[in-house]
Amino acid sequence: MSEKKPSFPRPLPSTHLLGTGTPMCAGCGGLQVLHEIYDLLGPKTVFVNAAGCLTLLAVYPFTPFRGGWLYTAMAAAPAGAQGVRDALDILISQGRLPPEENLEVVALTGDGAAYGMGLSATSSAIERGLDFLYLCYDNEGFGNTGQQYSEATPHAARTATSGGPRGFFGYKKDLFAIWAAHRPVYAATVVGAEIMDLARKVEKAKGLKGPRLILALAPCPTGWDFDPKETVEIGRLAVKTGIWPLKEYVDGRVVHTKIPHPRLPVEEYLRRQGRFAHLFQPVRQEELLRELQAQVAAYWAQVTG
Amino acid sequence: MKVTAPGRALLTGNAAAAWAARLARVDYVPAFPITPQTEIIETLTGWIDAGELDCRLVTMESEHAMVAAAGAAAVTGVRVFTATSSQGLLYALEMLYAVAGWRAPLVLVNVSRGLAAPITLEPDHNDVLAARDTGFLQIHCATCQEVLDSVLLAFRLAEDRRVRLPVIVNQDGFYLSFTREPVELPHPETAAGFVGPFDPGSLRFTASAPISQGVAVLGGGPYSYFRYEMHLAAQAALSVYDEIAAEFATKFGRHHPAVEAYRLEDAEFAFYMMGSFATRAQEAVDCLRQAGWRIGLVRPRLLRPLPDARLRELLAGKKAVAVIDQNLSLGKGGVLFAELASALYGQPQAPLLVSFVGGLGGRDLPPEEFFAMAEVLKAAAQEGVAPPPRLLFTAEELAEVQKLRAIAGAERARLKEAP
Repeated sequence: MSEKKPSFPRPLPSTHLLGTGTPMCAGCGGLQVLHEIYDLLGPKTVFVNAAGCLTLLAVYPFTPFRGGWLYTAMAAAPAGAQGVRDALDILISQGRLPPEENLEVVALTGDGAAYGMGLSATSSAIERGLDFLYLCYDNEGFGNTGQQYSEATPHAARTATSGGPRGFFGYKKDLFAIWAAHRPVYAATVVGAEIMDLARKVEKAKGLKGPRLILALAPCPTGWDFDPKETVEIGRLAVKTGIWPLKEYVDGRVVHTKIPHPRLPVEEYLRRQGRFAHLFQPVRQEELLRELQAQVAAYWAQVTG
Repeated sequence: MKVTAPGRALLTGNAAAAWAARLARVDYVPAFPITPQTEIIETLTGWIDAGELDCRLVTMESEHAMVAAAGAAAVTGVRVFTATSSQGLLYALEMLYAVAGWRAPLVLVNVSRGLAAPITLEPDHNDVLAARDTGFLQIHCATCQEVLDSVLLAFRLAEDRRVRLPVIVNQDGFYLSFTREPVELPHPETAAGFVGPFDPGSLRFTASAPISQGVAVLGGGPYSYFRYEMHLAAQAALSVYDEIAAEFATKFGRHHPAVEAYRLEDAEFAFYMMGSFATRAQEAVDCLRQAGWRIGLVRPRLLRPLPDARLRELLAGKKAVAVIDQNLSLGKGGVLFAELASALYGQPQAPLLVSFVGGLGGRDLPPEEFFAMAEVLKAAAQEGVAPPPRLLFTAEELAEVQKLRAIAGAERARLKEAP
């Protein structure tokens, strides 16, 4: 691959393309990452949105987007992206639209759509080699309906539909691996708190054609139950504890872009969030905590050999 | 089969639909195969591969995705055609509402087929009627020629600035989709001249003219406003259709009114139905007329918008009308019956309406049933009371089903006894 090496650190954009005054919750990790990525992509972008928290960014008669935005439905964002991409290609190839009018097509979804209802549409869009960037803000639950568990909810987290002393019974689905198995041109995990890492990856994705994933952990103050001012800190801790590995898939290989060393105990991350409070109160659930720590250790042992 | 337009050709309804898309010079066809629609996209694929049609066809993974891509492409500025049937239309239903709300001016051909369960490949109208309230306008065809002509009309209607709503053109599975009929193919230049170039209007995604489309609204006020705008546009589509159909008649010599009335002038009685089986009713009308009956046929081609006023006019003063529904709204009855009854409600000269449900899942409607229905109409008119709705179903058919049930029971018992 003739990979263009993005040169960071260099000054990141100092003004935001996405307008202010949106109805997102204070401290929304999804909004943070969208701000950062939009600035890097530039205004020649059309977002094709699936149902999720960020659906409410554009509320008639206002829109915070400088470029285009289309709301589809929960399962249909990649298919909508296909229609927009194909139409732009047809118009440009027939000379009905000048090439400078072209847009980068971005499917914008939450984890509910990305890991669940929209997965079939996503898989097929990758299979068709659709030239699009897929941005998932993963707040690990159905955020805009009050944080019920999704297929991205981590083991033992308490949500509106996973109460009880042990929290969520399932295990977070590995969407990155699912994408990688489809052999896309690019896939990466990011978090808004690690902006230089994010900037490098978005820059790289921007320079490529074909299906590209940016999977962003989106700390959610209301759903995860922490103070909105801690969004950045929670994001950093997700990386430092090894819970959210920063990595990318290029040319059939997975590379970790930040290997936490030394790795902080997962407790440092879990303790800060109300959704895990039952692991510590009224009694400390040693067994569950050990299991969660062991999962992270096993992951890193496997990938760093 | 090699056909070279223009001229007359023997075409199936599916081939006629594909020809219409070709003549309308569609830019984009998102597709997903389903019986009995498949031949439409196969035909278009063949032309694209042979370099005879400059169009992009993409096979999507579902009809839900297909309609999402279709709507998104249409609002980005290209002419879009697609087709489906039955379960596929239902799978896409969520997106039908969405793309109609975007005011995406695309054309979808539905090849009618009954719905599961039980599963069947054969036609009736429950699939397309499930899409009745989506915001898609509906044109129902009785012949293969109508399929071709209606698709051309549908593009004009969908793209008209006064309408800007997507259109479903419906043809009956098997009865039209796979039946060859002589079809007049218009000259490509004339057809292209009639349809005109695609006008995206204010909708399109480009770098210099960004828009946000399909945005949320807060509260019932703006929601009601936009939904009502769609309703008004759908209503306006009736007079727009009249204009377009008149222009079509001038250009091509074939007139397709919003409601077709057959031998109705002096009629005391009428059949009321839509789709290809209405050609059976037409035959029956001719036979009955020979036997001295004063009977006719009313066939709405447009179901949405429903030409209520015209139906009131046409049926005023008739003694009784047999409404034949190839659908069944479970727990209520025939949809066309309910729709016609509501259109005629309170009219001083409204005829007596008698409801028949028939032709479900491809069941035939033989001539003698039309004669029997005519007798029921006459009796009802004499008594001044409509009999209860009835399913067209014979004693032989019942015996056949009972035989099947007996076999199924015997088989079950045999399996239980088997060691």
